Amino acid sequence: MSDFFTVSVLVATLASGIRLATPYLLAALGETIGQRSGVLNLGVDGVMLLGAFFAHWTALETGNLWLAVVVGLFTGLVMGVVYAIITVYFKAEQGISGIGIFLFGLGFSDLMFEVKVGTPKFTTQLPPVEIPLLSDIPRVGEALFSHSLLTYTAFLLVPAVAWLLHRTTFGMNIRAVGENPQAADSLGVSVNAVRVKTILIGNTMAGLAGAALVLEAKVFQPNLTQGLGFIAVALVYFGAWRSPFVMAGALLYGLVQATVIQWKVLGIISRQFSDIAAMAPAVLTVVALIVLAGRVQAPRALTKPFERH
Amino acid sequence: MHRIVGAVVPLFAAIAAFLCAAIILLFLGTNPWDGFTALVDGAFGDVNSLSQTAVRATPLLLVGAGISISFRASVINIGGEGQIVAGALLSTVVALQLPDVPRPMLIPTVMVAGFLGGAFWGAIPGVLKAYASVNEILSTIMLNIVAVQFLNYMLRSPLIDPREIEAGTRIPQTERLSDNAALPTLIDGTRLHLGVPIAIAAAVIAYIVLWRTPLGFRLRAVGFSPDAAKAAGIPVKRSIVAALALSGAMSGLAGAILVFGSEGQRLITDGTSAGFTGSAGFNGIVAALFGGLHPLWTIPSSFLFGGLLTGATSLQRVLQVPASMAVALNGIVVIFVVSSDRFRSRVNTALAARRQFSSATSDEPVDDGTDDAAMAASS
Repeated sequence: MSDFFTVSVLVATLASGIRLATPYLLAALGETIGQRSGVLNLGVDGVMLLGAFFAHWTALETGNLWLAVVVGLFTGLVMGVVYAIITVYFKAEQGISGIGIFLFGLGFSDLMFEVKVGTPKFTTQLPPVEIPLLSDIPRVGEALFSHSLLTYTAFLLVPAVAWLLHRTTFGMNIRAVGENPQAADSLGVSVNAVRVKTILIGNTMAGLAGAALVLEAKVFQPNLTQGLGFIAVALVYFGAWRSPFVMAGALLYGLVQATVIQWKVLGIISRQFSDIAAMAPAVLTVVALIVLAGRVQAPRALTKPFERH
Repeated sequence: MHRIVGAVVPLFAAIAAFLCAAIILLFLGTNPWDGFTALVDGAFGDVNSLSQTAVRATPLLLVGAGISISFRASVINIGGEGQIVAGALLSTVVALQLPDVPRPMLIPTVMVAGFLGGAFWGAIPGVLKAYASVNEILSTIMLNIVAVQFLNYMLRSPLIDPREIEAGTRIPQTERLSDNAALPTLIDGTRLHLGVPIAIAAAVIAYIVLWRTPLGFRLRAVGFSPDAAKAAGIPVKRSIVAALALSGAMSGLAGAILVFGSEGQRLITDGTSAGFTGSAGFNGIVAALFGGLHPLWTIPSSFLFGGLLTGATSLQRVLQVPASMAVALNGIVVIFVVSSDRFRSRVNTALAARRQFSSATSDEPVDDGTDDAAMAASS
């Protein structure tokens, strides 16, 4: 155990926890925006898988990682259009339609991988960007200010999402539509238009999360996410629909994961225990759901399709 | 008329899925006609493939019938994956403890163990929903992850085949379980085993429980309107727990059948989230939706989707089209079925209006689109 509590190991663990938190955070922030407008998207995991595959494929074919990121974003946007049609126009049951998106993403990304890539192939990684001056701070700089641009983006999006939701007209409309769509509608806010926009934003961020995941891993494999997208959805509940708390949840997940990996590497815990510890995040989420249930109020119109009476 | 509308939606979804499949096949440079021929041939071509299809359909049917139960109580159970694992684990542990019990006793015992394992894993989100207002969609998904991780742990450490440790290969699997627990083959030379009729019987029982017993009445009343059910003196909370426990029990039974109907006669995974279940917990949702969330209609529906899975395997063998296409198609079917609810409710509203106009003799309830035609057809 004393091996773990050395400064360099702790710094490395913190840095890797922040890296691991990035895809969770990107996907969960997008989901937060959608849920605030009353739309549950359970398909995040599928969208991430599609975003991850197409980003990976682009990176392999062109070697251009930034183009890969753009392709990931675009894949998410396309899936957003699909999900908007399903939920806003067809008013489908959101608990189920998301599972449809998930299955499609799971199957289609696998299919495309087998046909277009076939075997695990490695890309390069997004280079870390050292922030001038800050990255020179001993220890702290290495842990906090030496990450890829996507990681910085994810964390900068935390205040940005809070600002969007609470300081802009669009954000006010999002919250109104999520709480009381009838009232918003009577005041001339187009419920459908607001929801289409939040769905597009949320799915685009899920696609970006997939790209972030695969460019960090450098390699794609079928079902790369292993349920990460579902945890991102849970993180929104975990964070009580507020971006700073969602970030706290994502960081907690990233750090727990990083710690378990580090402990395994250092031989502090056995393989058996690390299998047990792998259950921790999901158990933690269930516990958090129990603690939070009844204490925080979900957007009142969450999962309820809007129908004009 | 409800019946006709009810049948139109799956048909529409099937046609849409077929079109999507044709597009994907064209895109992959395969003649869609050749693709469909290979798929149908591989799924329904001869006794062997029909047996294989029935075997692949079995977990889908059980999960689907279970999901139909919970849906009737307005509870969304996405925890099929975890409940399958729970049933498989408990039945495996029981078989390891009682290897020498004679076959006529051991098979029912391990099946009941699977049932109970799934019921336990399903009851957890039920209790959480009823008594702590925890959203069951989230809790069931989280419990899927917990169950799979627990399975990985169990198969890598306490339950691992000692020979895997000796050989150093460490494949996460148990030793070969007692042959007394093996589900007997029904047709020699095929894979068709006793699990298939067990699943069909379970689906029929699920139907009887839902529509012919007081428990089923309570579940449906709670699903129809919790407030009204409460006012009528129905224990709403206990009914919610019962709905999820029963739903989970069906999936748990599927887990036991997956273990004791397997060729290797053991519990095995590859460490991934669908390593043991083959995503049956999710695919069962597709079968249930396609069957109108009705346990009896889920029987032919799951056979169809079992056929898709088997056919996709032969598609891969014959035309090198990856079998994962079946998963993608399942997703497309879900999307189309849930999207056509609106279409269905519109038609139903129109029908109801016309009925009211022409005569007031029919006392058939007006379908508001939240429920489906199958319920009206059977009630």
